[in-house]
Amino acid sequence: MISIILLAGFGIINLFAGFLKSNRMLLPLAILFLTIVFGVNLFSWNDPQSYFNNMLTIDNYAVGFTGVMVLSTLLILPFSQRYVADQDENLAEYYSLLLFAVMGAIMMVSFENMIMLFLGIEILSISMYILAGTDKQRPRSNEAALKYFLMGSFFTGFLLFGIVLIYGATGSFDITTIAGTTIGPDGIENTMFVMGLLLIVIGISFKISAAPFHFWTPDVYEGTPTLFTAFMSTVVKVAGVAAFYKLMDAAFASSYSTWFPTLIAITVLTLVVGNIGAAVQGSVKRMLAYSSISHAGYLLMALIAFNERSESAIFFYSLAYSVATIAAFGVLKLVTVQRNDESFATFNGLGQTNPLLAFVMTVSMCSLAGIPLTAGFFGKFFVFTSVVEDNSLIWLVVVAVLLAAVGIYYYFKVVIAMYMHPAGNYERVRVTSLASFVLIFVAVLTILLGIAPALVSDLI
Amino acid sequence: MNHIPEVIRTIPLEYYLYFSAALFSIGVIGVLTRRNAIIIFMCVELMLNAVNLLLGAFSAYRSDPNGQVFVFFIMAVAAAEVCVGLAIIVMIYRNLRSTDVQLLNHLKW
Repeated sequence: MISIILLAGFGIINLFAGFLKSNRMLLPLAILFLTIVFGVNLFSWNDPQSYFNNMLTIDNYAVGFTGVMVLSTLLILPFSQRYVADQDENLAEYYSLLLFAVMGAIMMVSFENMIMLFLGIEILSISMYILAGTDKQRPRSNEAALKYFLMGSFFTGFLLFGIVLIYGATGSFDITTIAGTTIGPDGIENTMFVMGLLLIVIGISFKISAAPFHFWTPDVYEGTPTLFTAFMSTVVKVAGVAAFYKLMDAAFASSYSTWFPTLIAITVLTLVVGNIGAAVQGSVKRMLAYSSISHAGYLLMALIAFNERSESAIFFYSLAYSVATIAAFGVLKLVTVQRNDESFATFNGLGQTNPLLAFVMTVSMCSLAGIPLTAGFFGKFFVFTSVVEDNSLIWLVVVAVLLAAVGIYYYFKVVIAMYMHPAGNYERVRVTSLASFVLIFVAVLTILLGIAPALVSDLI
Repeated sequence: MNHIPEVIRTIPLEYYLYFSAALFSIGVIGVLTRRNAIIIFMCVELMLNAVNLLLGAFSAYRSDPNGQVFVFFIMAVAAAEVCVGLAIIVMIYRNLRSTDVQLLNHLKW
């Protein structure tokens, strides 16, 4: 709760700091603010409270996911150095919008009322619409912003219509009251409830880019400046999945049999589309976009398992996925800014010119592919163990493991390019000291979580 | 003040439901078939207004002010969305001299 208020205030302060015309101040200021929020957030650990007449609840679930999202933002920010800074004078706005987006994400994981869920999603999305189009001269960035905006507001309409139908059927926006209302099997109430549930599932599936509502993801991710793509594929996705699980768990647990068939179809489709789509891409950024779709599929697997292990599986997977994705996008950004090309060939010979970047990228790719001794392996392991508890779902794990094998193919295309192909006339990539510190940090964190997953797996 | 919900209640709830669903569907069809970004955007607004209408009806029928409060939130958020959306469309227009979404096909597959 305090973290939400602080972020709103800090965002405005950061905005006004832009008047000082000293762009050097902005990055340290934003990092300082996020560190404060990260610390303040931890004080709510094991101290569940509800605020605003029970519209927000800060419990361990909310604190944990807030921690992951604030940490992700903190790790993404250092890559903004020498990125927008040189040619753009609207730097303050970008940092403030990032802070506001994190605020919306926190509201999404701590909501207790549909109004808060809607406001959280919108605060996050509207900030992202702007950030997607920050590269104003580049037609691709324009196109990404327009696509994201039109599709995003279109699916917000579905989400809202769903919320309203649920309100019509149960008479409340409060998720505990919705869960406590029993609805007869026939009558218009039941029709409204089922339709509403379906529309909400569609609306949130769009936000986490689950197939068949994924079609915007590769285009938007490719057109958006890499820094904000990293934010989209970590914070936005984690917030969406966490909100989805919380909604299903707290409001619609009793109607499991209604939404289960829909969600299992969405999950299988997401896994297939994400992994097969990523395998045929020629651009690393598009490959990572499809890979983020496939990871949404793995996260949804934990959701449809829907047992006491799901929560911690989603939490661990989110953390492992976020950290590895930040490393991947961080390296991609540093390399593409200098070499001005997003194909796999950009990474040729990176192992010779920049051993550190190549090593971090390798760790990140291993983690995303789920190779043991990295965090991603235990992420997948926890998800699969939560799914196999239900014997009738073993086929799903088999499908997921086969598709994870496809994943190894496209992740290792990058590794092969880095170590097996000669650098040609590519020069050494320049890396700022802050960025290399962050890259070492995420690599160490990935390996640490792969060796000792118990550090965070039992937290939630 | 009390008589407005009563007036709303003179029409059966189902009618509101069918009307809102029809408005919402018109919005969806508009988004899927139109090519001009501004008209697509107007269709999205139509969807949101179908939601607002239904919220008002449910709220009056249940004598529950929560629904009406939600309408205000939706209006505020829609206004914020209009600001951002029109800014994006203006940015596109400056670069392309058009708001036809079919011209935006650099990103494919």
